[in-house]
Amino acid sequence: MADPVVFAAEAAPSAGAGITESRPARWVLMAIAMVFLGVFLFLPLVLVFMEAFKRGIGFYISTLGERDTLSAIRLTLLVAAISVPLNLVFGVAMAWAIAKYEFKGKAFLTTLVDLPFSVSPVISGLVYVLLFGAQSVLGPWLKSHGIEILFAVPGIVLATIFVTFPFVARELIPLMQEQGTKDEEAAISLGASGWQTFWYVTLPNVKWGLLYGVLLCNARAMGEFGAVSVVSGHIRGQTNTMPLHVEILYNDYNASGAFAVASLLAGLALVTLALKTLLEMRYGAEIAATRGH
Amino acid sequence: MQVRVANVRKEFDTFPALHDVSLEIRSGELIALLGPSGSGKTTLLRLIAGLEQPTAGRIFFGEEDASEKSIRERNVGFVFQHYALFRHMTVADNIGFGLKVRPAETRPASAEIRKRATDLLDLVQLSGLEKRYPAQLSGGQRQRVALARALAIEPKVLLLDEPFGALDAQVRRGLRRWLREIHDATGHTTVFVTHDQEEALELADRVVVMSQGSIEQVGSADEVYDTPNSPFVYGFIGDSSSLPVKVEDGQVWLAERPIGLSAPDLPPGPGTLFFRPHDIELLDGCSGCIAGTVAASRRVAGTRRVELEIGGQRERVEIELPVDHPAAQKSRVAFRPRKWKVFPQSDA
Repeated sequence: MADPVVFAAEAAPSAGAGITESRPARWVLMAIAMVFLGVFLFLPLVLVFMEAFKRGIGFYISTLGERDTLSAIRLTLLVAAISVPLNLVFGVAMAWAIAKYEFKGKAFLTTLVDLPFSVSPVISGLVYVLLFGAQSVLGPWLKSHGIEILFAVPGIVLATIFVTFPFVARELIPLMQEQGTKDEEAAISLGASGWQTFWYVTLPNVKWGLLYGVLLCNARAMGEFGAVSVVSGHIRGQTNTMPLHVEILYNDYNASGAFAVASLLAGLALVTLALKTLLEMRYGAEIAATRGH
Repeated sequence: MQVRVANVRKEFDTFPALHDVSLEIRSGELIALLGPSGSGKTTLLRLIAGLEQPTAGRIFFGEEDASEKSIRERNVGFVFQHYALFRHMTVADNIGFGLKVRPAETRPASAEIRKRATDLLDLVQLSGLEKRYPAQLSGGQRQRVALARALAIEPKVLLLDEPFGALDAQVRRGLRRWLREIHDATGHTTVFVTHDQEEALELADRVVVMSQGSIEQVGSADEVYDTPNSPFVYGFIGDSSSLPVKVEDGQVWLAERPIGLSAPDLPPGPGTLFFRPHDIELLDGCSGCIAGTVAASRRVAGTRRVELEIGGQRERVEIELPVDHPAAQKSRVAFRPRKWKVFPQSDA
């Protein structure tokens, strides 16, 4: 028998020598992954678009051109336009606090960030009903001052913010923790103010993570159903977002209409994915560089 | 700029990192903070920089009390152990950063900033690398950029935290000499932290030896090596051997026998004898000497290290012999330290 060390050294140069599975085993594993993705992800996506165009492109366009549908699209865009920037600011602040400072209750705060992910969206919605509803403590006061939250746009925005707030923070916390505070200390020692340090050093260091977080946050903000459904009141043309409108159309036996709107949402998801991949391809080296040398 | 640390104490939560430390750093001096990990040397450096605030005590820059000033106001150049270069900026932008963030009234024009960056790159011998990113540089090059960046703000004091800690031995030696040259050329008061005694002794004008949050000794390389003032310094700087001894009648006694070292100034009582393994004389007969049985012998570069077992307590000491010395072959060796020191028991 040859010396095992020599043996290993000889084996090393051949590509993939570290993989111990046999060729058939590798094929089976890949086939399982492909079939699973095909049945559960790709097929439904194709079906959505097929159903949407089943009654022709003319019907598709006229469905999207309906007053109620347009209003749902407008509302969805409005909700995303409010909640995404707010969660961007909140996520950065939260990640900064958790990654760069030591304080009591930090572990608790970190856990709390995940709450919207661990709680069912329906419950998130119900919380706002209990808080602002007619029977709640705040309800009568709000009513007497003419402030509408529940079954109105503010309620939908609040519910969306709640459901989507972990995205940016979750993306940034591990990144910022890994990077530590040395760069910031260096910037301050060179005379930079807190704001300059954030703008020139911290933000560029996390910009790709931040962009991912915002993309995911936006996709979820536009697609959220459960929490929004509870607080919206489903008033057509007023408090219906796109996902809610899909449900209403479907319940009206207008499957093609429902799928037409659904195809818009699916399209959004595809665009998000494409953007993410494009960014990774275009700036791959730079992204790798910001994750530590 | 002269720096004075006056009775500074630092606690993290309740853990004391520095106890009542005082230190005067002369203007233009290159001084090393040397100690094992946990000795508080980095904490002291960060306190001087203003990256940490002292629990008690004050820090003066010249006549000015800098204790209340933030690191921004202190105008110190700090070089971090792992460089902390801004990875999304080019080398030139890294070096110019300290000038770019100045308030508008004191900020040089951008052409001036570029020129300064180029000049500093020349100084650190990296001309032509302006457009590179930190990830494209070697460790030694990054360290030079980090130093150039710190020098760009014309600091009053230059502080370096383990400047060569992450580099391999070859690069370290080169950079050491180079840092000395830069220091002599620019004349900044420079403080650097290291756990490498060779680095400290070779590079620094004065060495501050630290242990467990206190300063043990401050002095030139010769002073801390030749006249260590505590058992710790004797043991930490260079090689040393030690034996438990007793002082009586102005003589040093080892196991009831005088060993031929007279100590008229020492108080009688038990103590510990320290000496350097190479600083001994070998004796033939033994009337007033240390004698022992050879327990082990090792060849170390140009000399031979012999481990001796001494007396009934089987204490072991190391001495150094010339490679071809006949004593190395004997089973019993007698010697007497040429230079030595006894620290009374209470100090040990």
